[in-house]
Amino acid sequence: MAGFVQQVVEGLGAGAIYASLALALVLIYQFTGIVNFAQGELAMFSTYIAWQCVAAGMPFWLALVVTLAVSFAGGMLIERVIIRPVEGAPELTIVIVTVGLFIFVNAAAGWIWTFLIKDFPNPFPGGALEAAGISVSFSTLGVLGVVALVMGLLYVLFQYTRIGLGMRAVATNPASARLVGIRVGRTLALGWGLAATVGAVSGVLVAPLLFLEPNMMGGVLIYAFAAATLGGFDSPLGAVTGGLIVGVAETLAGAYVGFIGSDLKVGVPLVIILGVLLLRPQGLFGRAAVERA
Amino acid sequence: MSTTKVQAKPVAVERRRRFDRRWAGLALLLAAAIYAPFQLVPFHVFQLTMVLVYAVALLGLNLLVGHAGQISLGHGAFFAVGAYAAAVLMDRWALPYPLTLPLAAAVAFVLGLALGVPAMRLRGLYLALVTLAIAIFLVPLLKRFEELTGGSMGLTLAKPQPPAWSGLAEDQWLYFLTLAIAVASFLLAASLLRSRVGRALHAVRDNETAAEVMGVRLSFYKTLAFAWSAMFAGAAGCVYTWVIGFVSPDSFTVNLSITLLAGLVVGGLGSLSGPVLGGLFVMFVPSISQDVNDAAPGVIFGLLIIAVMYVAPTGLAGLAGRLIKKIPRKE
Amino acid sequence: MRVPAIGCAALLLLAVAACGGRDAATGGGTGGTAAAGGQCAGQQTTGITDKTIKLGGIYPLSGPASAYGDIPKGIKAYFDYVNAEKGGIGGRKVEFVVRDDGYQPPKAVEEARRLVEQEQVFALFQTLGTPSTAATWDYTNQRKVPQVFVATGASIWGTDTAHPWTIGWQPNYISEARVYAAYLKKEKPEAKVAVLYQNDDFGKDLLGGFKRALEGTKVQVVAEQSYEVSDPSIDPQMRNLAESKADVLLNVTTPKFGSQALAADAKNTKWNPLHIVNNVAASITVLKPVGFENVQGVVSATYYKDPNDPTWANDPEMQLYKQKMQQYAPGADANVPYHTFGWAAASSFHKAMEAAACPTREGLRDSVRNLKGVKVDMLLPGVTLDTAQGDGFPIESMQLMRFKGQRWELFGDVIDTRKEFGPLGG
Repeated sequence: MAGFVQQVVEGLGAGAIYASLALALVLIYQFTGIVNFAQGELAMFSTYIAWQCVAAGMPFWLALVVTLAVSFAGGMLIERVIIRPVEGAPELTIVIVTVGLFIFVNAAAGWIWTFLIKDFPNPFPGGALEAAGISVSFSTLGVLGVVALVMGLLYVLFQYTRIGLGMRAVATNPASARLVGIRVGRTLALGWGLAATVGAVSGVLVAPLLFLEPNMMGGVLIYAFAAATLGGFDSPLGAVTGGLIVGVAETLAGAYVGFIGSDLKVGVPLVIILGVLLLRPQGLFGRAAVERA
Repeated sequence: MSTTKVQAKPVAVERRRRFDRRWAGLALLLAAAIYAPFQLVPFHVFQLTMVLVYAVALLGLNLLVGHAGQISLGHGAFFAVGAYAAAVLMDRWALPYPLTLPLAAAVAFVLGLALGVPAMRLRGLYLALVTLAIAIFLVPLLKRFEELTGGSMGLTLAKPQPPAWSGLAEDQWLYFLTLAIAVASFLLAASLLRSRVGRALHAVRDNETAAEVMGVRLSFYKTLAFAWSAMFAGAAGCVYTWVIGFVSPDSFTVNLSITLLAGLVVGGLGSLSGPVLGGLFVMFVPSISQDVNDAAPGVIFGLLIIAVMYVAPTGLAGLAGRLIKKIPRKE
Repeated sequence: MRVPAIGCAALLLLAVAACGGRDAATGGGTGGTAAAGGQCAGQQTTGITDKTIKLGGIYPLSGPASAYGDIPKGIKAYFDYVNAEKGGIGGRKVEFVVRDDGYQPPKAVEEARRLVEQEQVFALFQTLGTPSTAATWDYTNQRKVPQVFVATGASIWGTDTAHPWTIGWQPNYISEARVYAAYLKKEKPEAKVAVLYQNDDFGKDLLGGFKRALEGTKVQVVAEQSYEVSDPSIDPQMRNLAESKADVLLNVTTPKFGSQALAADAKNTKWNPLHIVNNVAASITVLKPVGFENVQGVVSATYYKDPNDPTWANDPEMQLYKQKMQQYAPGADANVPYHTFGWAAASSFHKAMEAAACPTREGLRDSVRNLKGVKVDMLLPGVTLDTAQGDGFPIESMQLMRFKGQRWELFGDVIDTRKEFGPLGG
């Protein structure tokens, strides 16, 4: 039994990682109505910036602040330079542009920092909390805490601020939003900036556990997609819950279902995505979209 | 009545003239394609063969993305299924290679149909997610069934040898096989698009709701498009196995799917020449950009995709078309 | 397909015209040949003249495996040095053409054909990775082009008899597994071993070799866990292994996952097995990110000199290497062992080429299969290149090392697996 509980705890730890990136995906979807395939790579790039700052002798927390600021500005810049020209184009076009961005950012990071792994300082203390034969490492607790905090902030942003309201208007119908006086361009740029910032948090949380290299987020991305799909692309709470469920499901399937084993567990997100989309396309916490003919 | 007839005549003539010019162009292209392997060194013949292989796969992807407006980030998976089907049939059951083509295409078609039924209930973005997950999942799946697929070591196969009567070298024979299959695929795709199915797909792409109102059975045609598109990718995979003579799970990672999509976008969505241009792009851009800088292929690939989406959403095919239209013509 | 068809046709014809005739280039060694006479008459001399020798290498310079892209830098530095200061190999200046396959087999095939048919190289000197090598070796053997010292440790390069033109260099994974088995047999004869391995040819080759070498001993494999390179983390696998309570952990991973496994082992304070990490992941670039304090006492095996090991600080070859790396590969860190690997492989090629009876492709093929105790200065003392008919593995000896302080320390004698276990059969 202790073994099982321990597996669940570890699954939650993995799930918190997926949730952190899923939050960024949800955020950008809320602001812009698109799924950003390059989100993980942007997070990785931000993490390199933090690494570079630390390597240059900056204290960790200062480096973190600098990274978040740079990421925010970088996200806005990407929206202005890369996404703006295709604004209003079909979904297909924008998805392809984000795929292009994915390839570009990955290669650029490899070019600048090489593909050798880098160690990244862990903001949380080593060691673990032990109780009843179960151990929970402090870094898992730390990641969970930060993810919960980010989730709370996003919730407040979405529900209780003017920006959140405007952003929802833009994502739903840009043309109407513009007519009622919302500055669509600025809102979209803000969305990219914030998503990049949340992504940077995710990268910094993940890097001490997975080690920093250009493909660090590649493996996480599909799990984050599964998390966002499961929770609903328009709900921060859903993203986190989804992430935790995906993490636990994957860990348990790998450990206890003999046929799946550790090699086929990457099938778990596929099954989850397919299942959710067929049974409840809006996700657990999402609002069902009403299509107007 | 009579007035419309009078007016219709010049249109018909113009259409006929365009039609003639088009066939003349195609005939010339085909002649050049047949002539090329007798002139080029084997290495270039091989490269052209691979361009055609990619073109056939892109043709399938184009049906789905360009004509039905659905996004697939996992077409490499169907390509892989075709490649593995051919490899397993040749290796385990010692089937003669020509028979593997219809079988590989059929396997991919059935798989596409099976996956298409659930996938096509999904909106564009979600289809992209599902296909991406499929592409990722396929690699460990291929490794798992080692008795059949050769596991991670893959399978090495003998390449089809030219029959003695042809007097061709191996590379030329493979090239002509591929060329024949590519031409057949293009004819098939063209006639498919001209048929009722093609019109239904365009209606779906341009306005799903309107199409549905007009009585197009959305999910039926979308699923069909997915299956056809998988079939072309499977056929391309089969030819790939003949040409390369080796399959392994590492040959068919997500990278391949993304590269295919990139190739199609750059080549030109929704046009018949797009896949050929896309094939050229997939084949040559990485090696050319490599000469610039060892780390450059990814950077250049990514930038090109974004740039093409800005300046030429119809890809190279559309760009070439626009350029040629600008040249004043004597009538 | 509106107008572009004509354009395409024109382009194609233009390309055809520009590339010249087919017959000119297919005749084998028309460009750049040396007259081979005497006993060498009639042998292939493509890519080699009295003054030059042209080699081609295929590595993943881009994509996920591109950390290995440092290897050709070490090779280039060696050849540049030999060209500039030693007059080349036997008076022939070496031209080394490196191509990128991104670790994709179909791309490797294309690049191999480019190097052989277009660049007209004398030989392929290294293709990296088992998939890329497996995809190309039928081609090179059909064309009778030497594909020497491939940078992969799959045992098939040595056991296969249908591909005489292809040969490995580094100790194959089975030999490496034998070294660990021999060590455990002696030091921990009743050990219970947990194995983490990459789910591909490399992981399976090593695991299989390890199990076979343990036959008839009391050492047991009690748990195995595999991972995919696309997995974000191997923590779940490590946890499952910890449950086995094994007292030895054999870590068969590639660099990134090696770091993760070492970190996971260090983090788990309740399970403290003897950690053996395979050579592929034993590089200092893998251990450093984990923190040196966390990897004390980890065991591995090696066969070439570690540039970070002060034992070799006064070693003439190591000094030469560091100096020439600075001179010919400025910007590359000489302490990265991949560079050293490249240097050692290149100098092995130098020896093999010099020993060839004929300056021909056949000469090289026979020479690399007839190495007798050839000493290469960058290899550990006692490790030599040895091949013979029926033995296609140049290096089959390794020495164990243990991590102490900030570096690996060699211990015990060089273990010659040929002597311990007999030759490797197919």
